Amino acid sequence: MIDSIDLSLVNWSRGQFALTAYYHWLFVPLTLGLSLILAFMETMYVRTGDEKWKNITKFWMTLFGINFAIGVATGIIMEFEFGTNWSNYSWFVGDIFGAPLAIEGIMAFFLESTFLAVMFFGWNKISRKWHLASTWLVAIGANLSALWILVANAWMQHPVGMHFNPETARNEMLNFWEVLFSPVAVMKWLHTTASGFVLAAVFVTGISAWFLLKKRENLLARRSIMVAATFGILSSLFLIWSGDQSTRQIVHVQPMKFAAIEGLYHGQEGAGLVAIGVMSQTADDPENENIKDFAVRVEIPNFLSYMAYGKFDAFVPGVIDLINGNPERNIISSAEKMEKGKYAREILKEMKDARAADDFVTYEARKAMLMDPEFQENYFRYFGYGFIDDPGRLIPNVPISFYSFHIMVGLGFWFLAFFILALLMAWRDTLARRRGFLRLAIWTIPLAYLASMAGWTVAEMGRQPWVIQDLLPTFAAVSQIDAGMVQVTFWLFAVIFTTLAIAEVRIMTRQIKLGPKEGRK
Amino acid sequence: MFGNLTHTALQQYWWVIISLLASFLVFLMFVQGGQTMIFTLGRKPIQKTMLVNALGRKWEFTFTTLVTFGGAFFASFPLFYSTSFGGAYWVWMAILFCFIIQAIAYEFRSKPNNFLGQKTYDVFLFINGALGTILIGTAVGTFFNGAMFSVNEMNQSRWEVPAHGLEAVLNWHNVALGLTVFFLARLLGIMYFLRNIDDEELVKTGRKHLLYNAVPFLVFFLAFAVRLLVMKGFVYDPDTLTVSTEDFKYLHNFLAMPLVLAFFLAGVLLVLYSLFSSLFRESSRGFYWGGAGTVLVVFALFLIAGLNKTCYYPSLYDMQSSLNIENSSSSHYTLTAMSYVSLLSPLVLAYIYLAWSAINNRKIDAGEMESDTHVY
Repeated sequence: MIDSIDLSLVNWSRGQFALTAYYHWLFVPLTLGLSLILAFMETMYVRTGDEKWKNITKFWMTLFGINFAIGVATGIIMEFEFGTNWSNYSWFVGDIFGAPLAIEGIMAFFLESTFLAVMFFGWNKISRKWHLASTWLVAIGANLSALWILVANAWMQHPVGMHFNPETARNEMLNFWEVLFSPVAVMKWLHTTASGFVLAAVFVTGISAWFLLKKRENLLARRSIMVAATFGILSSLFLIWSGDQSTRQIVHVQPMKFAAIEGLYHGQEGAGLVAIGVMSQTADDPENENIKDFAVRVEIPNFLSYMAYGKFDAFVPGVIDLINGNPERNIISSAEKMEKGKYAREILKEMKDARAADDFVTYEARKAMLMDPEFQENYFRYFGYGFIDDPGRLIPNVPISFYSFHIMVGLGFWFLAFFILALLMAWRDTLARRRGFLRLAIWTIPLAYLASMAGWTVAEMGRQPWVIQDLLPTFAAVSQIDAGMVQVTFWLFAVIFTTLAIAEVRIMTRQIKLGPKEGRK
Repeated sequence: MFGNLTHTALQQYWWVIISLLASFLVFLMFVQGGQTMIFTLGRKPIQKTMLVNALGRKWEFTFTTLVTFGGAFFASFPLFYSTSFGGAYWVWMAILFCFIIQAIAYEFRSKPNNFLGQKTYDVFLFINGALGTILIGTAVGTFFNGAMFSVNEMNQSRWEVPAHGLEAVLNWHNVALGLTVFFLARLLGIMYFLRNIDDEELVKTGRKHLLYNAVPFLVFFLAFAVRLLVMKGFVYDPDTLTVSTEDFKYLHNFLAMPLVLAFFLAGVLLVLYSLFSSLFRESSRGFYWGGAGTVLVVFALFLIAGLNKTCYYPSLYDMQSSLNIENSSSSHYTLTAMSYVSLLSPLVLAYIYLAWSAINNRKIDAGEMESDTHVY
């Protein structure tokens, strides 16, 4: 079945998943960070008994509620799309991938949704402390849900804790803890949630800056900026550290992605880091349009080697090394990996054919081969390459990966500087006079969303063509349906999510304009 | 503990968990049923506000249960997930669209500058309530009546008719289940209003509509149940996994599992008692009786669909492709790991109970709607 894949179907399926994921990710980071900011603000209210803290909390809670609803609406489709559009994937790794999704529901979603109702409707029904506990539990639930889905995502980027079962023709979990505590999963969770914290801190600072510009809600704005900027500085530092750690992991587990995001075509010792670069409009390699060299670049000498391996003269493989191979560096070529992958697939097929023909001798022999650890290490680990016909398909879109990564990193450093400046000005009580900075703070809000989207693009575009690294290419994971069906649902999602996003932004901006007093209802 | 169980025992354990989740999901669809009554019962704006807010404090439970049901099915029986979701594409997509529009409707409907207007969001709630329940019920009907799919030797599935799931509506038995769920959800929704809203006029109108909806519910439920008891089902041989048909399979399953039959009968009696007490004794506790009855009936129906060597997802295209709990499940290790996680369920139920009690400790009235700061 898999050999007769319609590429139009693959592209529409990818497009639909990207569309729904982007819309979902537009709203989730604010939920992750704002829930913690709310919890901190309410803690201040409970500790001090100051009603003004309560009003501040309630104002941000209103915005949280609006954002949360659309996050939920865009989220439900994500889980079910694995089945509807990626059914081959669902079987091939469902034994591993399904578990985090189920645990997410039991451990996180119920916690979040149950106490969300208490948080919104419990102000006059339960004690202050219980209400505060509910708000904290919502924040914990939200961030726990992120943990499980990111564990699942990290596993796709770096599959661990499993083996292939030829009987069932799928990968099966061998060690749950290895999946959960995979260093890639842990760092992905830390980095992604930290990015949500930063986005929420930018959001709160930016909206508060708008109030100061309008000379309204002075107390709310100043207190909110103090909280958000402090939270933002801590989160930004953590974000930069976890981003650095994640990148060092990528060098080892997804070297092609690393080469793409750094725009490194030819591996070298003492590789320089392209701090700023503009890629040429024309392809450097006519056979692969993804190979585009730099028209302009500002490079920090040797720094990429240091960043990747902690040594200024270390060798960093480039895109070409990974495709053509580099015997000196023990890098095998894509062609060789494809041969090994095809061989592994052939053995599996022979085993299945033998079973169908009741040829138990051949069946047992092939099964033993597939189960042999040496075969798994030398052949099965390249199983996914067996689906690939053209090595060029192993190269992700380099310009998109490169630009997304550099936009994300550059803005990450800007956010740190921004929070430090905001906190200093708030501390000295000079913010209200710095109208230029206040305007800049408002414009930093869309930049935070841009950085967040860029980060997601790096993670998902950079790993192409793999849906599961080295084991299953994206095009082999799709459901056996017509491309026309996916086109219909793609446009339906596009219309409905765009409509809802417009409604969300309009409601949100009106609530902000109404402010804490009138805007509560 | 779980690690010592056989793979079959774990598969059965997980089918029980799936059945429980399904039963709670159907019970919680009182939210959907209630949504279809907003236009009917809410004659005055304040009544409509009370109806929406009574449901708005609970909609997340239904939504979360649906998501958890999907996740648990994926984790425990991934071949069903890949086969049904990837094949019956239109049905599942339609269900998902119904729930997408619900999720924002409560929060957005009464907010100023909401782009689409309050009436549109109320229509979203109606669509979710009506189509969501009918489609889910119809989709579950295929657990008994089968679907047109095949599964190859690599366990890759393909839907074999171009309607991709929509053909399920051509089977009256599937539709009867869909309509049963729809009217049951409406009954539970009305009983929830009777229990939680303090408005004499609304309560009076609600009781009237309880009767109007009880009649079609009983008709469709009886039609579904009688047909279920006399129909043949797909049975598999646990040694060879070969599938064959068996007359009166579901009746045999009830007889082979008397406890399940007792659940079913007790559930039916509880639902009938809830209607009787709400209609003729003017009790406001019918919601709890009806809820408990719903859980028991749905739980029993799912158990007879998947246990006792029954194929819970029969293939009408290729009988041997039919799915049962043994050929579609996750590995022993994954089911074991997931079983430990399932031990958290009592804790989850406990805090849901606490939160539910805290929010519903007194009935919603017009005064609360005017003074509360977070009103939908």
